[in-house]
Amino acid sequence: MTFDIFVIPFFGGLLFLLAVLFIRFTAWLATLDKSGRKKLGHGLLNGQIFPATWEVFMESLLHRRMFKQNKLLGFMHMSFAFGWFLLIVLGNLESRIYSGGHVNPPYYPIFLKFFVHDKRTLPFELYTLPGFFRFIMDFVLLFILSGLVLALIKRVRSKWFGMKRTTQHSRFDKWAITSLWLIFPLRLLAESFTAGAYQGGGFLTNTLGTFFAAFLPVEYLYYPAWWAYSTALGVFFVTLPWSRYMHIPTEVLLIYLRHFGIKTGKKPDSFSEIEIYSCPRCGVCIDVCQMNSAGRTSSTPAYFLRSLRYGNPDDEQNANCMLCGRCHEVCPVQIDTLAIRIAARYEDNKLLVPSFKYLDQFDPSDTTADILYFAGCMGHLTPAVKKAMLKILTASGERFSFMDEDGSVCCGRPLLLAGLHEAAAELIRKNTDLITRSGAKTFVTSCPICYKVFNEEYKLPGVEILHHSQYLLRLVESGKIKVNNTGITAVYHDPCELGRGSKIYNEPRWLLDRMVTINKTEQERENSLCCGGSVGDLSMNHTERNVIRDEALKVLLASEPDILVTACPLCKKTFDNGTETVVMDIAEVVSERLQPASKTELSAAVEIAG
Amino acid sequence: MSGAVEKVRFGFSVNKDRQIDYDANLKNVSDIVQKAEPTFNLCISCGTCASTCTAGKFTDFSLRKVILMVRRGETKGLENEITKCMLCGKCQLVCPRGVSTRNLILQIHKALKTGAL
Amino acid sequence: MNRKIAVIGGGAAGLEASSALTSLGFRVVLVEKEDETGGHIKNWHALFPNRRPGVEVLDALRSKLGSDVELFSGKTVTEIKPVNDRFELSSADGWKTEADAVLLTTGFSLFNARKKEEYGYGIYDNVITSAELESAFSTGKIAMKSGEQPKRIGFVHCVGSRDEKVGNIYCSKVCCVTAVKQAIEIKQYLPDCEVFCFYMDMRMFGRHYEELYKEAQEKYYIQFIRGRLSESTEDHTGKIILKVEDTLLGKPLKIGVDMLVLMVGMEPAEITKNLGTQLGLVSDSDRFLVSTDQHISANISEIPGLFFAGTCTGPKNIADTLADARSAALAIAGYFDNNHNKS
Ligand SMILES: Cc1cc2nc3c(=O)[nH]c(=O)nc-3n(C[C@H](O)[C@H](O)[C@H](O)COP(=O)(O)OP(=O)(O)OC[C@H]3O[C@@H](n4cnc5c(N)ncnc54)[C@H](O)[C@@H]3O)c2cc1C
Ligand code: SF4
Ligand code: SF4
Ligand code: SF4
Ligand code: SF4
Ligand code: SF4
Repeated sequence: MTFDIFVIPFFGGLLFLLAVLFIRFTAWLATLDKSGRKKLGHGLLNGQIFPATWEVFMESLLHRRMFKQNKLLGFMHMSFAFGWFLLIVLGNLESRIYSGGHVNPPYYPIFLKFFVHDKRTLPFELYTLPGFFRFIMDFVLLFILSGLVLALIKRVRSKWFGMKRTTQHSRFDKWAITSLWLIFPLRLLAESFTAGAYQGGGFLTNTLGTFFAAFLPVEYLYYPAWWAYSTALGVFFVTLPWSRYMHIPTEVLLIYLRHFGIKTGKKPDSFSEIEIYSCPRCGVCIDVCQMNSAGRTSSTPAYFLRSLRYGNPDDEQNANCMLCGRCHEVCPVQIDTLAIRIAARYEDNKLLVPSFKYLDQFDPSDTTADILYFAGCMGHLTPAVKKAMLKILTASGERFSFMDEDGSVCCGRPLLLAGLHEAAAELIRKNTDLITRSGAKTFVTSCPICYKVFNEEYKLPGVEILHHSQYLLRLVESGKIKVNNTGITAVYHDPCELGRGSKIYNEPRWLLDRMVTINKTEQERENSLCCGGSVGDLSMNHTERNVIRDEALKVLLASEPDILVTACPLCKKTFDNGTETVVMDIAEVVSERLQPASKTELSAAVEIAG
Repeated sequence: MSGAVEKVRFGFSVNKDRQIDYDANLKNVSDIVQKAEPTFNLCISCGTCASTCTAGKFTDFSLRKVILMVRRGETKGLENEITKCMLCGKCQLVCPRGVSTRNLILQIHKALKTGAL
Repeated sequence: MNRKIAVIGGGAAGLEASSALTSLGFRVVLVEKEDETGGHIKNWHALFPNRRPGVEVLDALRSKLGSDVELFSGKTVTEIKPVNDRFELSSADGWKTEADAVLLTTGFSLFNARKKEEYGYGIYDNVITSAELESAFSTGKIAMKSGEQPKRIGFVHCVGSRDEKVGNIYCSKVCCVTAVKQAIEIKQYLPDCEVFCFYMDMRMFGRHYEELYKEAQEKYYIQFIRGRLSESTEDHTGKIILKVEDTLLGKPLKIGVDMLVLMVGMEPAEITKNLGTQLGLVSDSDRFLVSTDQHISANISEIPGLFFAGTCTGPKNIADTLADARSAALAIAGYFDNNHNKS
């Protein structure tokens, strides 16, 4: 016997699912933009497939990143994904034993125990092939069920999984999750009842079957149980494309495309949609997002992406995000939530067309310098940093020019963060022109926001873009300036745009290490907290930002350092308003510990300054 | 016995273009903005934003003025005015009233585009 | 029996309350953390509105203290404990006393001008605070760091007041008129010096204040510009370049001054906040102490037997502080009368 009518819900569901997936995937791939399509072609040919497949195995099945977050959470996800995968693969192999090796209809291995009642072997006969399979199949089922138990526990004790908050589910999710959670217990029941009625089954199903047979009419129960199992599978497959479980197939596609170098661009496109569909709403991002403290949980990526997926993000979700990158750092799927948010803002602000034609009128004189120092808009509100930089630059004897001494054109990053990249491009063009004309070889800025955009969006061949922490370290290392160590204690705060945003974690620390004793904090480098002052957020008010600031300060100042050091004017201003502890920019620390240069060096410096 | 009022026009009625005709002006942009960015209401016209303004260095753009114009319903020509802002955020950092200036600018811009119909 | 009242803080409020309490028949222990009584007024060379010497007022207040006031100076009260209808007080250095009632007259602190980094205090040489200018008047020497006399001075109102960003939304009340007073004094010392005041609103709420404002315009040509300073920079000559919007003209204004005076506001003293938390007293979002009713019982705290007077409940000028202190003395008398009637 190789067919029974009860397989129809499963089989129909499966066909439906495959059809939907085919349509969706094709539509996505067909609407990739030009560069995306090119990358797809290249990627398929140049061997990227292999590392991508490896990642699919490690992430989609083993959930390695999830394990890194929390062992229990990782195990839970792995038991479902990897367990189910094994069940399918091993079930197929097992079914070959009985079908003489020819190809079976897809439902056959799934419902094998219905079609085949193997009474030849004993439950623990591990040394025969059928016995081994029976054992391993039961074992895998148990493995999955353990994950299910964990999932149930997580509902009430999410803290054990390292999570304070878990994602609230939508209606589709509820259908899907209910059917998903029923699938494996129903399989267990169906197989056990069948084993009870006809013997067969492994250590688990056989034992349970015998147990049930003692007091239940298992010979009447097993058939409805197979129906129920098939129906649960069918319901799950049909709801899957509209539920969060769509992430399972989509993530596989995402991993391949990402390996081919495709990224979410400035506007929403089909790749960003793939990213959106790849989010399982695991909720790992919810807890790390500091907007929670401001009561803005609904804007955290899990919910934001959900809204985008169902096509109804509200303005607030788009506007509300500091773009600090903490969520991206922990996201097990590595979804570029920041780029997606910015792209959503692009949609939101599409009508707005800032225009900077007026910049054409001003035409600066062509002065030249080796080094350009750029304080940045915000830098003008922290004159101590400016003054420190000018003192150090003068002492170093370098030939420099203070580019924005009398004002400047904004770097363009704030516009980019609001999704207004066409407007930003105008500013970028103007600044590029100014810098190119100056003939400078090195461009140093005190502002990480500026640094990031100059580094990533400007095309300035032959000009090295540096954040002042990098540049100052270089000056010290090359002996152009000398600093001493005064032995005071300091905590270093990684500004979002410099740390997570530009991966500059070490230089500031190496520099500080020469001048102070650095205290460690609980959350630093990749996990550093946002100061709350971010220009990324468009919607939080001042009071809400203060809550975020104060929580960050609590973590930073836990060791009661003498000073709090940062390397961003915005962080500095934000923190300074929230604590009595002295807040300093790294340049100020250098300037205070600057040792007088030797006589020859001094005269050189005077010459330059004069 | 009652007399009728004779209206003689001496030509002193104020020139329409010079005065803010508050009764006639539409306040719909103001209403939209107020809802979209409630800190709009907090501005006390101190001018700090305008004096620090990066765009104000090159143009006569003043956020303080823009806010007042919206409040009074004087929105003619504002749409062009507001395109000058670079969204740099300096104004937000200095505003003593905690006005969320960047979002405010975006919201005014949007309301002018969509609400003033 | 003679009730004993502990008055914490020997500023204007503490001094006035002490003498008022003794005249009502109480014994008073007055505790002052500094070596000398007087509080902030010690540092005010001359007082608004009539520019009389601050010391004159202080002498008058001190001379009213009778022998029923036991003064302990150089003692900082760090703990106040209510124990069975009475209070136990102790200081940082282990000194202790008990009292039947406590009056907090712990006053205010000056805003730390470094917090407004964009104004350049502590960064540029010639940026000073109003309090520092007051000291300069005492020495009679108004000069820049270089020793030269300033030719142009700017006064910035509302530094650390009316500013959400530093956490102080309230108005400090006294700094507008102080700026006007100091502007006039500058002109008296340095008649050739140009003086500018940068304000958001001129809050001339007290008697004779508006007259002082008028005098500043009429006799001294002081210029008042409505616009709040956003940032200052120092040019290579040491001049401080200010950026404000001349809001009445609707144009940004750039102006160089030789000296910049920041009109720092009043904040609740750190020590007041500590005592408040210790006692479980409510403080407002402005962090000043809160009385049971702003109008009717401004001096009465939530804790029976504990009272407030002076600037620990919010910015006040001297006249208001003194009136508040006397009113506190009456509230304390009332408290014992009521208790007496009840028992
Ligand atoms: C720049 C400036 C200029 C001013 N000029 C004038 C003016 O010209 N005219 C005018 O009318 N007003 C003026 N004022 C206002 C005036 O200074 C106040 O009204 C007055 O000082 C308030 O007195 P007080 O007793 O409440 O507080 P304070 O003067 O602050 O006195 C409080 C006292 O309590 C002491 N103390 C605090 N805590 C403790 C403790 N735990 N233990 C022991 N002792 C403690 C302190 O040492 C201090 O001596 C000016 C204010 C400022 C900021
Ligand atoms: S965005 Fe990432 S971390 Fe957040 S719910 Fe989705 S997959 Fe999880
Ligand atoms: S970028 Fe930062 S603020 Fe935005 S959602 Fe992620 S963690 Fe939250
Ligand atoms: S700084 Fe703030 S309060 Fe002042 S005018 Fe601008 S928006 Fe209004
Ligand atoms: S954000 Fe716009 S209005 Fe504000 S300072 Fe920058 S350019 Fe001016
Ligand atoms: S008194 Fe004047 S200067 Fe002082 S806070 Fe009030 S308005 Fe500002």
